[in-house]
Amino acid sequence: MANNSHHETPNLDQLEAGPWPSFVTGLKRLRDTKGAQYAPMMNDLLGQLEHSYQKKMGFWKGGTVSVFGYGGGIIPRFSEVAKDYPASKEFHTLRIMPPPGNHYTTDLLRNMCDIWEEHGSGLIAFHGQSGDIMFQGCTTENTQKAFDALNKIGFDLGGAGPALRTAMSCVGHARCEMSCYDEQKAHREIINEFLDEMHRPALPYKFKFKFSGCPNDCVNAIHRADFAVIGTWRDDMKVDQVEVKKYVKEVGRKYVIDSVIAMCPTRALSLNDDDTLEVDNKSCVRCMHCLNVMNKALSPGDDKGASILMGGKRSLKVGDLMGTVIKPFIKLDTDEDYEELVEFAGECIDFFADNALEHERIGETIDRVGLPSFLEAIEVDPDPNMVNHPRTSSYVRTDDFTDEADKYFERKAREAGLTVAAE
Amino acid sequence: MSEAAATPREPDEVGVPNPFDYMHPVLKDNFGNWDWHDRPRPGVLHHVSKDGTEVWTVRAGTQRQMDVYTIRTLCDIGDKFAEGHVRFTTRANIEYMVSKEEMVDPLIEALTAEGFPIGGTGNSISMVSHTQGWLHCDIPGTDASGVVKGLMDMVHDDFIKEEMPNRVRITTSCCQINCGGQGDIAINVQYTKPPKINHDLVSATCERPSVVARCPVAAIRPAMVNGKPSLEVDEKKCICCGACYPPCPPMQINGEESTKLAIWVGGKHSNARTKPTFHKLVVANLPNNAPHWPEVNEIVKKILVCYKENARDWERMGEWIERIGWPRFFEMTELAFTHHHLDTWTGARNTMNMSTHIHF
Repeated sequence: MANNSHHETPNLDQLEAGPWPSFVTGLKRLRDTKGAQYAPMMNDLLGQLEHSYQKKMGFWKGGTVSVFGYGGGIIPRFSEVAKDYPASKEFHTLRIMPPPGNHYTTDLLRNMCDIWEEHGSGLIAFHGQSGDIMFQGCTTENTQKAFDALNKIGFDLGGAGPALRTAMSCVGHARCEMSCYDEQKAHREIINEFLDEMHRPALPYKFKFKFSGCPNDCVNAIHRADFAVIGTWRDDMKVDQVEVKKYVKEVGRKYVIDSVIAMCPTRALSLNDDDTLEVDNKSCVRCMHCLNVMNKALSPGDDKGASILMGGKRSLKVGDLMGTVIKPFIKLDTDEDYEELVEFAGECIDFFADNALEHERIGETIDRVGLPSFLEAIEVDPDPNMVNHPRTSSYVRTDDFTDEADKYFERKAREAGLTVAAE
Repeated sequence: MSEAAATPREPDEVGVPNPFDYMHPVLKDNFGNWDWHDRPRPGVLHHVSKDGTEVWTVRAGTQRQMDVYTIRTLCDIGDKFAEGHVRFTTRANIEYMVSKEEMVDPLIEALTAEGFPIGGTGNSISMVSHTQGWLHCDIPGTDASGVVKGLMDMVHDDFIKEEMPNRVRITTSCCQINCGGQGDIAINVQYTKPPKINHDLVSATCERPSVVARCPVAAIRPAMVNGKPSLEVDEKKCICCGACYPPCPPMQINGEESTKLAIWVGGKHSNARTKPTFHKLVVANLPNNAPHWPEVNEIVKKILVCYKENARDWERMGEWIERIGWPRFFEMTELAFTHHHLDTWTGARNTMNMSTHIHF
């Protein structure tokens, strides 16, 4: 097919009407850019995509493409119908890690556009489900050049395959009053410490970190991360009673009772007769609902930190798993706190590398060996916050129960600052 | 390539870049010091820091897969009507931060004039979180960006308004791996037939033991077919999940007619009120009629209307159904409840009703 003639795209053409911005219109703009090195590629890409719409099948296959010094980070795509669409026969993606919180200057975006016009297709996704900027559509030959250009402006490849993956963090400290720790600091310190695991894949399967500043979990960490760091606080939530009264006056008592008080999952709230709020902080589980609704009146407490949940993943292979609590609370104030988090993350990655079966996510490994064995391996003590309720099955050997109980009381005494007899 | 290979450039393994190099100065100056926020109108956030500094954010929908022209248009708007700093949300919306309230309206006008819808905040239907589909995936059962464009056209009015009971998060996934993730409504490929095996290619393309190991129901076994080492599938055991297809492309799971779509509801990632939940099956076997998925969209619309009319303020889709009960949900949405809705996987018993709590 000559490159100066456009493929007919009757199905895709239908996606240009309507109020939502159309990516098809965008693809056509690239196709129609006179003299652009990518114009023929985008014409054939449109042709292959239309072919998919007609046949209801995908026509890309994987392969191996990488850049010097790296084993992953490029998603290779070779066309299975290159005979009909030769200019897009190679259409690889570079996964590039964005700054945590996805902050950009317009200068940076323009710079990225210029690089991608020179070496790639002119099509960029902000962002993929992996959290990466996806520079979509590059020939094998240009992959190294595109990477070099992006690397020179301070950007690096993300993860792909059985490796540490690109992390995600919410906007957090940068623009959110709910944020309970410095998400971008935790994000950068952990990922940048273990880049080798990302860029030279050698893990049993993927391992993902996600960082949410509060239990609203805007980056879906519990569902999707092997290691979720979710901000929370230990002391009492802050209540500005003047603002509470204002809110009650504004929306009415019935609304506050129905939509705030009655929706508290642990019945920790009560509206006083004078329209102030009473909070049973010992019952509160920091679900965020009342803070979300009465944003100006209620705020997180001062003793902030994070919970760590591990094992979230989607279907393959045993079915969906959510992360479960591994550390109910860690402090994240000082540099040492963050160093400890990085060290703990390293221990978990090591455990995964040493113990997971091929193609097994850590949630599956934990299920297979049992939570007690996992906790023992990573040297974390059991805690009632790890469970919905204690076991209901009697099929367990308990002859060292008393010793374990002693350890628990010793631990509690130590936490309370008491001297323990054994020491 | 040969020149590059001869003198390879040493990469600078910089890792995750520093966001402070690109962050809006007001965000940088007030990092970790925000106090409260409100939403003056749909699509606009107004944050106030503890020392009283204010910042306004205008959020607009994008097509996610953007050509450089679109990105440069967004940059032009950012330079002319904002302060040169933007960010993207996890649902591919762009956000412009400005330090002066009077910049908000002209910015909205400029974005609207270029066709970028303002919204996606508060109790709206935000952008569908989606996968790659036929555009770039190697195992897709359907498209992503295209059908999502159709969906967003349909719910456009609820993107630019905040009139739903709570936020609505829709996801789509082009195979059962479900890269689109959990959602209040999830529209996912659901295969309906076992893989069709090209036995000529299996031994050369697939690492057979790993393919056997990949099957969740142990339905795959090594076999000699036509004198060649290959794999065979016990079709009575096969659950048509497609897990064998990525490691072994000759086990084609997709078919023009057999790749169908299923709709799931009630997934929620937030811990607000109830604990996070997975989405649940409501209807399967819908045709893969791209580009517009009319059969899917009709049901999605119906579910959205029922939710909008009946849920109480702040109830997410799953919480609303939890309150009214599944019988009422199926009745209201006029969808069928079948034996396929009864879970048969690990932990299935925990999904059954172990009580006399019955909805009449």
